[in-house]
Amino acid sequence: MATTEAEGLLAEALSLVSDAQDSRTLDQVRVRFLGKKGELTGLLKQLGALPPEARRDAGQAVNRCKQSLESAIAEREQDLARASLERRLKSERIDVTLPGRGVEPGGPHPVSRALDRILEIFNQLGFAVATGPEVEDDYFNFEALNFPEHHPARAMHDTFYLPDGRLLRTHTSPVQIRVMKEQPPPVRIVAPGRVFRSDSDQTHTPQFHQVEGLLVDRDVTFADLKGLLADFVNAFFEDELEVRLRPSYFPFTEPSAEVDVRWRNADGTPGRWLEVLGCGMVHPNVLTNCDIDPETYTGYAFGLGVERFAMLRYRVNDLRLFFENDLNFLRQFR
Amino acid sequence: MKISYRWLKQWVATDLNAEQIAETFTLAGLEVDAVEPVAPPLDGVVVGEILSAEPHPDADRLQICRVRGDVEERTIVCGAPNARAGLKAPLATLGTVLPGGLKIKPAKLRGVRSEGMLCSEPELGLGDDSAGLMELPEDARTGALLTTALGLDDKVLEIDLTPNRADCLSARGLARELAALIGGEANGPEITPVAPVNEDTLPIALNDPSDCPRYIGRIIRGVDVNAPTPLWMVERLRRSGIRSLGPIVDVTNYVLLELGQPLHAFDLAQIHGGIRVRRATRGEHMTLLDGREVALDPDMLLIADHSRPLALGGIMGGESSGVGATTRDILLESAWFNPASIIGRGRRLGLATESAHRFERGVDPSLQRRAAERATALIVEIAGGSPGPIIEALDQERLPVNPAVTLRLARLNRVLGSMLSATEVEAILRRLEMTVERDGEAWQVTAPSARRDIEIEEDLIEEVARVYGYDRLPTRSPGGRLSIRVPGEGELPELGLRRQLAARGFQEIMTWSFVGEDELARLDLLDGAQPLANPLSRDMAVLRTSLLPGLLNTAGANLRRQHQDFRLFELGACFGSTGQGFSETRRVGVLMTGHARAEHFSGKPRQLDFFDLKGELEHLLAFNRVEGAVSFRPLNCAWLHPGQAAEVLLDGQSLGWIGQLHPALVDQLDWPQSAFVGEFEVEGLTRRQVPVFTEMSRFPAVRRDLSLILNEDVAVADVVEEVRRCGGELVRRVIVFDLYRGPGVENNCKSLSIGLIIREVSRTLKDAEVEALITKVVAGLESRFEAKLRG
Repeated sequence: MATTEAEGLLAEALSLVSDAQDSRTLDQVRVRFLGKKGELTGLLKQLGALPPEARRDAGQAVNRCKQSLESAIAEREQDLARASLERRLKSERIDVTLPGRGVEPGGPHPVSRALDRILEIFNQLGFAVATGPEVEDDYFNFEALNFPEHHPARAMHDTFYLPDGRLLRTHTSPVQIRVMKEQPPPVRIVAPGRVFRSDSDQTHTPQFHQVEGLLVDRDVTFADLKGLLADFVNAFFEDELEVRLRPSYFPFTEPSAEVDVRWRNADGTPGRWLEVLGCGMVHPNVLTNCDIDPETYTGYAFGLGVERFAMLRYRVNDLRLFFENDLNFLRQFR
Repeated sequence: MKISYRWLKQWVATDLNAEQIAETFTLAGLEVDAVEPVAPPLDGVVVGEILSAEPHPDADRLQICRVRGDVEERTIVCGAPNARAGLKAPLATLGTVLPGGLKIKPAKLRGVRSEGMLCSEPELGLGDDSAGLMELPEDARTGALLTTALGLDDKVLEIDLTPNRADCLSARGLARELAALIGGEANGPEITPVAPVNEDTLPIALNDPSDCPRYIGRIIRGVDVNAPTPLWMVERLRRSGIRSLGPIVDVTNYVLLELGQPLHAFDLAQIHGGIRVRRATRGEHMTLLDGREVALDPDMLLIADHSRPLALGGIMGGESSGVGATTRDILLESAWFNPASIIGRGRRLGLATESAHRFERGVDPSLQRRAAERATALIVEIAGGSPGPIIEALDQERLPVNPAVTLRLARLNRVLGSMLSATEVEAILRRLEMTVERDGEAWQVTAPSARRDIEIEEDLIEEVARVYGYDRLPTRSPGGRLSIRVPGEGELPELGLRRQLAARGFQEIMTWSFVGEDELARLDLLDGAQPLANPLSRDMAVLRTSLLPGLLNTAGANLRRQHQDFRLFELGACFGSTGQGFSETRRVGVLMTGHARAEHFSGKPRQLDFFDLKGELEHLLAFNRVEGAVSFRPLNCAWLHPGQAAEVLLDGQSLGWIGQLHPALVDQLDWPQSAFVGEFEVEGLTRRQVPVFTEMSRFPAVRRDLSLILNEDVAVADVVEEVRRCGGELVRRVIVFDLYRGPGVENNCKSLSIGLIIREVSRTLKDAEVEALITKVVAGLESRFEAKLRG
């Protein structure tokens, strides 16, 4: 009797469960049938009225119905939650191909970019960065660097002067002097910075950037200089370019050399020689000017034009572009 | 220095071609810039001889010439003004294709048939003189191929010599260098003294023997200044870039090229009394060969006679004393001038002559007599005349002598990192014509007199390395003693600053360090600007005192290129003078213009405002933990909007400024939009605090919001400061979350809402404690600003 009744209730409840479209309706079903005053719960309470031999079977039957209903409700609850999540996900769907909300990035100037790379390589080789002023005096720019007064080598520098005789440095070499006067050997520095020459045409701008390098220690040789520069050039260009040193003249180095690299043609074959660096062994007079004994210490120095390296590396074909600051140009290097 | 390949080969036996010689020179430090053929191919061009020239009956400017060329006589119609009977000129025969691409065909010119063409220099690619036909010397063989007659199957090496290699400024010097490099010998030219045929001399006085310790003169009487210069000499001069100007000047130029000794020839008739080599006196003037009258300085060396200056010694002759059309007798000069008395003088007068170029760098002091003999021989051969004896004024003591320099084998190998043997080193030195005396493991080395650049041991080391070959010297990979030298953690490298700005959307620019005075004046930035003594132009006449002009120029140019939204920065030195004197400071300048929020489908774009720029600065300061307390105060300056400008202070010291460009300036610049700009001292921005750990609180924070009615002129920064002062350490943060003016708030007042985040490190705060703190803060604000709590 109770069994039949319980199964009847279960059938009704299951049909309600499967019709339920939200968790509130399901809750109502749970309360109606399984709550403290629920209809199935009520059946259990009526079991006491049954004969003892029927009580056990009837009790089991009602409990089975209760369990069935409970699990049906739980299952339905899960289904509803899943469906609800799916609805939400569907409603929140966007076109991921629409553009992002962002800021236009900035970037370094190409000369800075090349300079950073150059300094990074020398930093790894143990060279510290040193700097000096852009307005220098004759002593640091020329005299201490062994440029005799009135020497033609001075005329080659096309110097900008201030009315009081000071000048805009024509190279970063004065930093050599400043560092050596302050610090005893070993000296191992690179000096980046802006330099000036009163020259302006297609291949010259009145200002440009140089990196000067200086290493002074015991037993520094020309062989070390050759090795360093070949390694540097190939690290910078990420290539295995042929590098050659060619005798040249700078008042502050002896022996002096120009460094050429053999550039590649578009098809990768070796092309023409390009001059990229000047270098040499520090002139004994320069060491003496800085109170360093040239018999005990030797050193090498080198100087390179950053614009030159940037032009080669990024294949820029006109030096003057660097100082025109056209955003269409600059943004190619960020 | 330009030199003909065939000239070199005449003196040095070698199988090397021009390109190989160029490579040899370049790798030895004599950089060859170019190897050019002396002429384009000229097949079909022959030496033509004009037999007759008659005016064209139907054309004013044309002549009908009978010309003898390769096989037969022919008629050629020619428009050149110098076409005349007897002239030899290049003849392009029928079928010839000229370098410009013109093909020579028979043509009728005003009714007269012309069979070929007589050519000018530019038509053959041989020069620039387009005034008329190229005039060939009389000794050119009629009918010969022009290429053969002029020896045009030759190349010219253009050598860019470094200033220390004055000895290579001549064919003789280059031949010696080549011989040394390839291990051969240089012969020629042969110089035989010319015996005097008369006793004519004149007195020569060396008033300043240290400027000019040797002056050789020689009188040659009865020269023919109209004699033609032989073809070979004209061609050699041309290949070295020198035009033929008559036999006497050609010979002096030729000897200069051949031996490296600048010479000068005076018209003897113009010399009064004798030669005095002396300094100019103050106020003295002279007219130079180029026709310019120049004022002379007392440090300039003159060749004068007993009444007036004749020449600017070693630089340029004078107009009145030079060889002219009427000259019969000449005085030839061959002197040695001290470089120190020549250097810079020509430049000062705007003169760059072949002579000054050599004297400035140092001429071989033993060369003068030989050069005088060589020139005499050539003049007599070409222009006739009878030479007198050599007149030599000499102060031997003051002529430079090359020192004996010690070279130690060990030192050489130590500097080069090489293992050269004594034999190798000695052989190289001897090839360079050095005098070498062995002295144990060292040598005493004396350079030949032409080499003015060998003074110390390193000079010799370079010579050995150079001739041995830099390429053959050993190479050692980087190594050596490493020491750690990195900037302190409290110091932000400029690179870091640049990367941060770039990451925030700022594009780096690099502008000129010099600007125009007007430009600075317009921005009221001229104060303390340093002028250049020799600027390139008016708009690059003073050193920049600020990065602002460069930012404005760049922004303006890019706005004109239709960029609308961009951010720029520049990092660099600015110059000025302050009370303490000249100053050079590194600064960073920023500029932002356009939208803060770009156009996007999701919402409206927003224009930039002051707080975008201020936010960028605050971000930079916070990101770098810049050391010191930052504050902002209103600023008045010419280029900024007076209501939207602030000075930035770091611990009370000025760090820079930010603001909106003054609208009047934007109008003046004719920009379509405004911009926000700022400039800061790099030093302040890059001094960072190294973090030090402090205990964090594990207890909850409490937030209390206050809405205050304040007078309009109360600065919010002062309110926040007062909150912090009254609240003490418990107030962790103060958030400004609303600012309101309008209905509900009195005129001249504003409503400010702030949130206080309150927290104690070691325990949870009790409500009563928080209330007490808030009461104290409110009381403080009431008393300092007459602030009222909003109801």
